This record gives sequence, C-alpha cells and structure tokens, in this order.
Amino acid sequence: MGKLALDTEKIKQARGYAGKVAADMQQFIDLHTTVSVERAVLRLLGVDGVNAEGVPLPNVVVDALQNADRLCNGAAYHVGCAVSHLNITPQQLAEGIDDGSIDLRSLPLIDREDAERAIAPYVDKQIAHIKERRAERTAYLDSFKESDLPYLYCIVATGNIYEDIVQATAAAKQGADIIAVIRTTGQSLLDYVPFGATTEGFGGTYATQENFRLMREALDKVGEQEHRYIRLCNYCSGLCMPEIAAMGAIERLDVMLNDALYGILFRDINMQRTMIDQYFSRVINGFAGVIINTGEDNYLTTADAVSSAHTVLASQMLNEQFALLAGLPEEQMGLGHAFEIDPDYPDGFLYELAQAQMAREIFPDAPLKYMPPTKYMTGNIFKGNVQDALFNMVTIMTHQKIHLLGMLTEAIHTPFMSDRALAIENAKYIYTTMRHLGDEIEFKEGGIIQKRAAEVLDKASELLKEIQDLGLFNTIQRGIFADVKRPINGGKGLDGVAVKSMTYFNPFIERMLNANEGGVKQ
Amino acid sequence: MSGGLYNTHKGDFDTKKDLTKLRAYGDTMNDGKIQMSFTLPIKNDDKGMACATQLAKSMGLEEPNVAYRKSLDDEFTFYVVYGTCAYSVDYTKITVAAVEQDTMSIPQTNEFIRKNIGRKVVVIGASTGTDAHTVGIDAIMNMKGFAGHYGLERYDMLTTYNLGSQISNEDFIDKALEVNADVLLVSQTVTQKDIHIQNLTNLIELLEARGLRERFIVICGGARITHELAKELGFDAGFGANTYADDVATFFVNMLAERVKGAV
Repeated sequence: MGKLALDTEKIKQARGYAGKVAADMQQFIDLHTTVSVERAVLRLLGVDGVNAEGVPLPNVVVDALQNADRLCNGAAYHVGCAVSHLNITPQQLAEGIDDGSIDLRSLPLIDREDAERAIAPYVDKQIAHIKERRAERTAYLDSFKESDLPYLYCIVATGNIYEDIVQATAAAKQGADIIAVIRTTGQSLLDYVPFGATTEGFGGTYATQENFRLMREALDKVGEQEHRYIRLCNYCSGLCMPEIAAMGAIERLDVMLNDALYGILFRDINMQRTMIDQYFSRVINGFAGVIINTGEDNYLTTADAVSSAHTVLASQMLNEQFALLAGLPEEQMGLGHAFEIDPDYPDGFLYELAQAQMAREIFPDAPLKYMPPTKYMTGNIFKGNVQDALFNMVTIMTHQKIHLLGMLTEAIHTPFMSDRALAIENAKYIYTTMRHLGDEIEFKEGGIIQKRAAEVLDKASELLKEIQDLGLFNTIQRGIFADVKRPINGGKGLDGVAVKSMTYFNPFIERMLNANEGGVKQ
Repeated sequence: MSGGLYNTHKGDFDTKKDLTKLRAYGDTMNDGKIQMSFTLPIKNDDKGMACATQLAKSMGLEEPNVAYRKSLDDEFTFYVVYGTCAYSVDYTKITVAAVEQDTMSIPQTNEFIRKNIGRKVVVIGASTGTDAHTVGIDAIMNMKGFAGHYGLERYDMLTTYNLGSQISNEDFIDKALEVNADVLLVSQTVTQKDIHIQNLTNLIELLEARGLRERFIVICGGARITHELAKELGFDAGFGANTYADDVATFFVNMLAERVKGAV
C-alpha cells in the first residue's frame, strides 16, 4: 500500500489501454524495416569504417541495397548471399561494394535458411562479444559496493571528446555516477553516424563509436581509482537509433536516452520511421543491459507542467509497454519526468512531490529518471540554486533513481566545471541530511498531494483510452502530446522505410530477445 | 587574510552618491564591493590562492579576499573572491539603445491592427540554427506565454506559426515566404562560443542575398540579446531578458503601421 492511496484497478486499466496501443503498433512495426535498422544489422555483423569520401560503410551497403530496390530483403540476407558465394567477410563485402568490385545485383540469390547459416558465425561472434561486455559491467558492479542513493547524472558538452574526458573525470571524482556526453546539436537529424574521434561540435560532441570507446576507457580508469562504477550515457535517438544502440552495446555504454516518441514530437522525424527504429534499438539495449531513459520531461518544456502532467504519466505507460515488447525488463526502464512547475504556482512543490511519488508507486522497479528545473531558470543563479535544492529534495524523498543534476547556471551557458561541482555538492548535502525523510512521512488522507495524484492518474487513464480508440499515429497527428502535431507522412526519414519481403530476416532480434537474462544490477 | 565577520574598517571614501562616479554597492555608498567566482587550473594550495588574489588585483579589485576555495580535481581549484572594485563609471555619459515604447495590451493591439493595418498580421517564429531550445520562442508565441504575459497565439489579429527549434535559416525564410509573413521572430537561447552571433548574421545575409530584407520586419530575442546588438547585426529590433510578447507585438505592429501608412 503506497502513500498516495492510488486506485490499483485504475492503474491496471490504464496499463491495459497502453498495452493495447503498443500491441497494435507492434503489428505495424513487424512488417517494416528501415535504412537505420539495416545499417545497425551491418554494424553488428562487423561492418565498420568509412570510405575515401568519409561515408560510413554501413551507409554504402544500405544505399546500394536501396538503389537495387532490395532493402526489403534486409541487409543480413544479402550479406548471407555474398558470404556464401564469394567466401568473404561482411566487411570485405562492404569494401567491395564501395570500390565497385562487387555488384549486389549480380550475386545469385539463395534460400533464406542458407543465408542465415552463412552469417551465423558473425552473429554468434557479436552476441558473444556483447554478452562479454555485459559481464564486464557485472564484474565491476560486484567488485564495488554500490550505494542505494540516486545516481548523480552529469552532462559534459565541450564538443571535443578529449576535453570531455577531462571534465568527465573531474565530475566522477566529485561524485558523479553517470556521465552523459551530450551530442552535438543536429546529430539527431543526420542519417548516418560520423566516424572516429572528434574534436569539434556545437553544444555537444558527436556520438561516434571511437568517442564511445575513448570515454568508456577514461571512466573505467577513474572508476577504478574511486572504487565506483561510473556509468556512461549517450543518446539513442534521432534518425540512427538502432545504430547508436549497436555501437553502445559493442562499447559497453550503460544508459541511453531512448524514447519511443521523442524524435517524432521534438525533432520532426517521421513517425513510422521512429516507431520501427525504436523497436530494434530497444531490443539491442535490452540485450546489452543498458538502462534506457525516456523523454517525458520534454513535454513539460513546451506544455504546462500542471495542466499536462497526465500526458507524462500516459507516455510513461506507453514507453513501458513498448519497452516490454522489446524485451526490456522494468529494471532497465528509466522512465522520465521533470521538476518544471512554475515557482510562482501555489503549492507547486506539493504537486511535484505528488507526481514523483506517483511515478515511484506505479513503476516500483523502474530506475526513474528525474530531470531538474530548466524552464523557469532565469539567470538568477542564487535562486536557481534554491530551485535545484527543492528538486533534490523531491528526488531523495520519493526514491528517484537517475537524478540529472540541476545547474545553477541553466539558461546561461553549458556548465562550467565549477557549476557541476556546486550541483553535486548541493545534491549530496540534501541526500545526506534528508536521507530517510521520505520513509518517515505519510501523506494526509484526501489532502492536496493524494488528490493531485488521483486526478493525474484519472486523466492519464482517460487519455490512454482515447489513444487506444484513435491509435497512436492518429493521436500524434492531432497534437495530443506536448501540443505538437505531426502528419503520418511528414517529417524526416520516411524514404528510409521499407515493407519487408518474404525473404527478410533480422538475425539479431530473435537471438537478443531469447537470450535476454532480464534485469541489470541496481 | 584581512577582514572578519564584522567589518570595522573605516573607508576613507566619500559616501555621497555621485552619478558621475558610480561605484558598486555592498552596504555603504561608494564602498565598491563586488563578488565573483572562478576556477583556476592549478592545485589547491597557498600558492594557488596567491594566484587567485593576484588575478583579482589585476581585475581592479583592492584588498581582494578569497572567501572560499575548493578542489574540483587534482589540478583545478574553485575560488570565491570578494573585494573592492577601484573603478567607477559616469552614469550621466552612458547611452543605451532600447526599444522605447508604451507597451499595449492584447485588446489595444488587436484594435490598433484593425484600425491601422486592416488585416491580420502574420508572424513566424523559430529557434534557428543549431539551438535546440524552444523555451524562448515558446515564451513569446505560445498561448500561455510567460510570467503572466500571454503569447502571440492569443491575439485575435495575429496569425502565428511557431516552427520550433533547429530550423535552418534557409528553411525559415522559405516558410516565411510560403505563409506570406509580415514579421520574422528568431530566438537564440543557449549558445556556445558565440555561435548565435554567426547564426543571426547569417540570417540577415541570406535575406539580403535574396533581396528580401525589406519585405519583412525581422526581430531577434533571447537572454543574451540586446536591442543594440540586434541593430548592429541588421535586425529591426532585439528583445532581451525581461521583455515579453506584448513588448514584441507593440513594436512590430507600430512598425508595420508606419509602413502601411508610408505605402499609401
């Protein structure tokens, strides 16, 4: 029995609606593939590198498939044909397509089962590699005793991976548990993943496999010194969701921003493309033991945090159901929300407390991701530090897990090293002095907090019922989430969607879904 | 370190307010007290503190007092410094360019448009370039507005298009032509290494290159934007912190009315 006296039947009902929405959408997803899904398959089969013009080889192969009108068969099938006939590796195939020595169209087509057999060694190798990376994480976690406090999540965003490493190392020493390397703005709209170590970006650093590797190495090093496992986070969103997931699995990232709807609403990426992409990306994240973070907090930066609170809960339930279909256990679902109520709103803190406690009670095993105030941060750093302190209090009182540190200089600049240190100091102070406050408190029966939570749950349930009746695509077209309307054939990336043929197969989905042991260590 | 909890030090400064020699104010007129904080990439020891003090002196602080220092990493130390700033400014000689106007209410603005322009005014807004933040443009355009000032969507006599964030300048101009906009609003919220200046300059250059600069009223806004900066970059106006939708609307309807009058 929780503190909010929530109606458990109503929760079940709302979940039921969300489950139906996700199941309906899954039927659509299962019939389709995308250029990014196929590039991710190629990456997992070992295709990497760029050609002389700097085009990533997975793009070279998928472009060739598209030009030959064979994307519908999937990359794995055609790689299988090539491997079987020419006795070459997937990487050699990609190089051959690039230099023109191999023409996909001229390769004889074989049975699907034969193609599957031909690539099986490459699939096995990658599955084993990712399992090994997962085991490394488990070994680290077993060797360091983890505290049960929230994870302090810090951002680095210098644009230069080597400078990011300096900042990340300092942040880890100050107490950060998760380092997120913000991506350069605009990367979400690139239909390829850049290559190699990068030193120039705006507002962030390119997500590349080499940058992942460099930061992973640095965090392992500082983690060993500090006797803590420092988690690495990046952004599995935009037009390359599955590819980023594949790269993250290979390089042992721990946390990925990975929302089912975010790209549609906030980056104007086509909704069909996003739904198909999010599925495979989540299958990979699930298998790799990556905690996904969902983006509900973003709704509140455009819509009002008081009147739109129910859309956050509705979206959390949808994200939960989509994640379950992709084999992600609840322990890997960092469902998102945020502390974004106007500071001038009477009893706003009570509403924040109600929302956070409600999320905790409805998703008891999820490592909830809680975002700091941004919308009402003004440049008054002194008040900003107080706003962040209130946010820290809600986190510790309601047992949020992934705590994105609020910066007192939010709305002024990307954080200075000192801003981050002050944020960590603030959070640690509150975690120490208020550590068990939440456990000591009960909420007044029928009081403001209980009533607020009940109201938000009611409205979320009604909204989910409406979405179930309309279908998700229609819902988004009508602008019900975040006041943003998107047309079904609008946005970026629709030309990268294809209907699967009868020969199509993705060798990783089944392996990853079946092999998922479920749950990461908390 | 000099100073303590209570400052008994009698300054020999004149405590009469003199606008020609304006100084920072702590708790006594003309005491010149200021606070600042910064990080030096050195280890936290006495030598580091001496460096921080020296740096403060070079910035014109007399008797700088390092109130607090803390290691951020082996080779990084954070300092909070108080001191007496030796400099003063002549208030009477300072001029600033600001949009000077009596801001109209929503009904007044609607009435003004009906009377002086005679049709709905089309406004298009976006956070352009690489800036992913929509906070600024939303504060001006969204129905709800910001801090009690309703946004432009609430004005009957305005037709508004909010394109959101990360809109390229090219797309922004194309869309402005498509919807036959009168007014272009550009927001820049968070910027790194002054990229917002390049981006704002680029918009004006593109408009000029396509011969469209005079066709639109072009306004920029954001926490780090001033009217002076905006004019310098070739915008019609700039709106910084503490300005709202009604300030922006008042400005552009007046300017548009002037143009309409001029055209007749």
